[in-house]
Amino acid sequence: MAKETVQLDRVIIRFAGDSGDGMQLTGDQFTSETARFGNDLSTLPDFPAEIRAPAGTLPGVSAFQLHFADHDIMTPGDAPNVLVAMNPAALKANIGDVPRGADIIVNTDEFTSRAMTKVGYEQSPLEDDSLESYNVHPIALTSLTVEALKEFDLTKKEAERSKNMFSLGLLCWLYDRNIEGTETFLKEKFAKKPEILGANLAALHAGWNYGETTEDFSVRYEVKPAKLTHGKYRNISGNLALALGLVAASQRAGIPLYLGSYPITPASDLLHELSRHKEFGVRSFQAEDEIAAIGAAIGASYGGSLGVTTTSGPGVALKSEAIGLGVAIEIPLIVIDVQRGGPSTGLPTKTEQADLLQAMFGRNGEAPVAIIAPQSPADCFDAALEATRIATTYRTPVFLLSDGYLANGSEPWNIPDVDSLPDLTVEFTTEPNWTNEDGSKEFMPFARDPETLARPWAIPGTPGLEHRIGGIEKADITGHISYNPENHDKMVRLRQAKIDGIADSIPNLKVDDPSGEAKVLVLGWGSTYGPIGAACRRIRREGGQIAQAHLRHLNPFPKNLGEVLASYDKVIVPEMNLGQLALLLRGKFLVDIESYTQVSGMPFKAAQLEEAIKEVIANV
Amino acid sequence: MSDIVDSQIAEGAAPDAPKLTMKDFKSDQEVRWCPGCGDYAILSTVQSFLPSLGIPRENICFVSGIGCSSRFPYYLTTYGMHSIHGRAPTIATGLSTSRNDLSVWVVTGDGDALSIGGNHLIHAIRRNVNLKILLFNNRIYGLTKGQYSPTSELGKITKSTPMGSLDYPFNPLSLALGAEATFVARTIDTDRKHMTSVLEAAAKHEGTAIVEIYQNCNIFNDNAFDLLKNPETKGDEVIDLKQGEPIVFGTEGEHCVVRDEFGGLEVAKTAEVNQAEIVVHDAHLPTTAHAFSLTRLSDPETLHHTPIGVLRSVERPSYNRLMNDQMERASEKPADLQALLAGTDTWDV
Ligand code: SF4
Repeated sequence: MAKETVQLDRVIIRFAGDSGDGMQLTGDQFTSETARFGNDLSTLPDFPAEIRAPAGTLPGVSAFQLHFADHDIMTPGDAPNVLVAMNPAALKANIGDVPRGADIIVNTDEFTSRAMTKVGYEQSPLEDDSLESYNVHPIALTSLTVEALKEFDLTKKEAERSKNMFSLGLLCWLYDRNIEGTETFLKEKFAKKPEILGANLAALHAGWNYGETTEDFSVRYEVKPAKLTHGKYRNISGNLALALGLVAASQRAGIPLYLGSYPITPASDLLHELSRHKEFGVRSFQAEDEIAAIGAAIGASYGGSLGVTTTSGPGVALKSEAIGLGVAIEIPLIVIDVQRGGPSTGLPTKTEQADLLQAMFGRNGEAPVAIIAPQSPADCFDAALEATRIATTYRTPVFLLSDGYLANGSEPWNIPDVDSLPDLTVEFTTEPNWTNEDGSKEFMPFARDPETLARPWAIPGTPGLEHRIGGIEKADITGHISYNPENHDKMVRLRQAKIDGIADSIPNLKVDDPSGEAKVLVLGWGSTYGPIGAACRRIRREGGQIAQAHLRHLNPFPKNLGEVLASYDKVIVPEMNLGQLALLLRGKFLVDIESYTQVSGMPFKAAQLEEAIKEVIANV
Repeated sequence: MSDIVDSQIAEGAAPDAPKLTMKDFKSDQEVRWCPGCGDYAILSTVQSFLPSLGIPRENICFVSGIGCSSRFPYYLTTYGMHSIHGRAPTIATGLSTSRNDLSVWVVTGDGDALSIGGNHLIHAIRRNVNLKILLFNNRIYGLTKGQYSPTSELGKITKSTPMGSLDYPFNPLSLALGAEATFVARTIDTDRKHMTSVLEAAAKHEGTAIVEIYQNCNIFNDNAFDLLKNPETKGDEVIDLKQGEPIVFGTEGEHCVVRDEFGGLEVAKTAEVNQAEIVVHDAHLPTTAHAFSLTRLSDPETLHHTPIGVLRSVERPSYNRLMNDQMERASEKPADLQALLAGTDTWDV
């Protein structure tokens, strides 16, 4: 029976199951097929911190949401059109987000009374009428999978594990995706286990064929490829983009990359990825702790490498003193903070933006550093290059604030031509930089470049420039130890002026205000770019006026920021914290910021921001 | 930046480079330790020893932490960094492993290395990073004005322990050996000749060399090592180890070291044992047992019977060498940045 095909412009799918069910893998593979197909897309993995949380429980649910469309999109979507629930816990944990009328595919095999009781279902939601207003597709995914694999020499348990491939096959059929990429992926992954490979391929095909033959699905859907800018694309997550950005930055700077890192969620993938690229001269050092990690990066940077340390909030707390040393000795250093829910251990696998003030002020003394933030997964690549530019030009620690959402989320990336990347060539000081009154030449480690106020980067091994640096206050110019009161006052101000001066090298903040008539500006930073942008689109589609701007540079701010803020009646700042950027803006510009905050560990939803912004608009 | 400075005495200076002298390593900075501090003697010995390395000044770097001893780099004319408390081994590790052409030295104290920086010390040692660590042990906190340190004897009365300290001291060399040290030595601030020989051996070693230097803090812990320095007592108290020689000490050679009944070592009277029973010192033994037993000979409180010299010196590839091997192997792959950015799964629009 040839089935009807319905055209859609966009679809949001959420795969949900036990953390042992392979939902992240299923989501990743569906994403790859979708990317290859040419849709624009955005993803949101959401998983528990435990490697294997107790099976069948609500905290053990692992989910992966994918939004794909025939046009460019900005977020992983608010509400899924399709929920795949592999067990009662997955249904219960996710049903609240699913709008009425959506499709729900449930694995009926897992809806045993024991499993349902475990999550508090007194009677089966598949049998009472609680799911009446949804399109429920009850499918015995586990037993269908086992049945399809009966030819294979596998135990029942082993066969059951392929049920994620069965559901992937079914979804690929439903949305007209290819499965060739997944086949290749499986062949590589299980090259040494032919029996498992065969089973997974068979399950994948069985799922596809099930869609083709079952009466349950009368239509299949098609989402045409999106019209993206010309170019070569790949799908990329924030952590991967950041790692590649660092490699590219070191190549463009002409100095080797040295990573000092200690494993921490959700930043460990940076360590893993960079450890794989030694052919680019990348040295990666897994240290004994967070402090040693940054210490090694500082040591390498002192020796002329691009010193980088990668971590998350709790790690930053441990590194604070060393970052202060970086400020005092004025050395290039990149500190990457993939923010997660805090305080303390907090929510390791969830996202948050609550380390902005830690980055800004989390050190003893006046210790200013540059701070930048990427706005989308692919943008992490560009942010890495910009962090490198600032660190090497101004000889300063630079914070790059990513977050869990950017790190694990993904989107298509128009791969740049390497030659088009900025030239970040570094030049070390090799000659004396100071002329004494008698005309003799000398090296002065704290004589500054008049334009950038950066001090020279003279690395060990350079004859004639031997000098000593350290965390004790240094005399201006000579760098000798100095306890002189005027000197300390001068040095504190010089270090601040150097960081402030970075503003001369960054572009003015651009405001997106298509009609030019908006009275309200929504200003964001970091990963909120997607949901804010989507909310603004919705408002404009309905004829509303809203201006949008997004900060890449958090310290220093772009030079025109004060002017931009002053030119709107009201400024709303959505943040995944309790108003940290808002605090900085109020303090610096004396403007009455409307702070809109959420700290649920999840990104904002476009609909939620739309409503919040509309409310502000209505009140001006 | 790739050749490892493994035999630092032999390599380094170009043959026609001017010969450096002690003067060339003295910086113009006023030395600010208390008059009479043991650090002066160590500084002077190091300054006189450095020319013998034959390494140009610019290729030597001293990294220190915080404490009296950590001011050391300012008084030398090499590259140097006075870093933060306890973290010198981490910074030195980054520098050393990214710059194999440098001779990297760490200067630290008993508080810096064993208290706040204990973790970094043991990990640097176990990795065998190419570092020469000089641990100035004065058994007290000097810079913060006299609190007890992790090497102070139990019951030490200080400002923070008016009724006596409660924690049992570390034996730094036992600790280092427990952390898989490949080179372990001990010397005394005032014995210039002995210290020079130990520094020479440390410099030649590939990997981490840890040298404990007993250093007198005449302000807060004066005469802590008097037993080992006083001409009246030192002959009977110091066990001066010599590679390949039976361990005999005492002004008349009247003491010696023999095996005890538990497999360790003990001090005996030479006259009362057979010559064959006297243990011959061998720093190159693969097992740490011999060196460890030597460290246990001294009394943790009084330092009675303290071995000095090179306790252990064995070959194990340095972290630098292993890292370099990996870098070299990886460099056989083409470093094509454009291909890296593209990955394996792309599509055209
Ligand atoms: S306090 Fe002690 S260790 Fe410090 S400089 Fe004075 S004498 Fe030397």
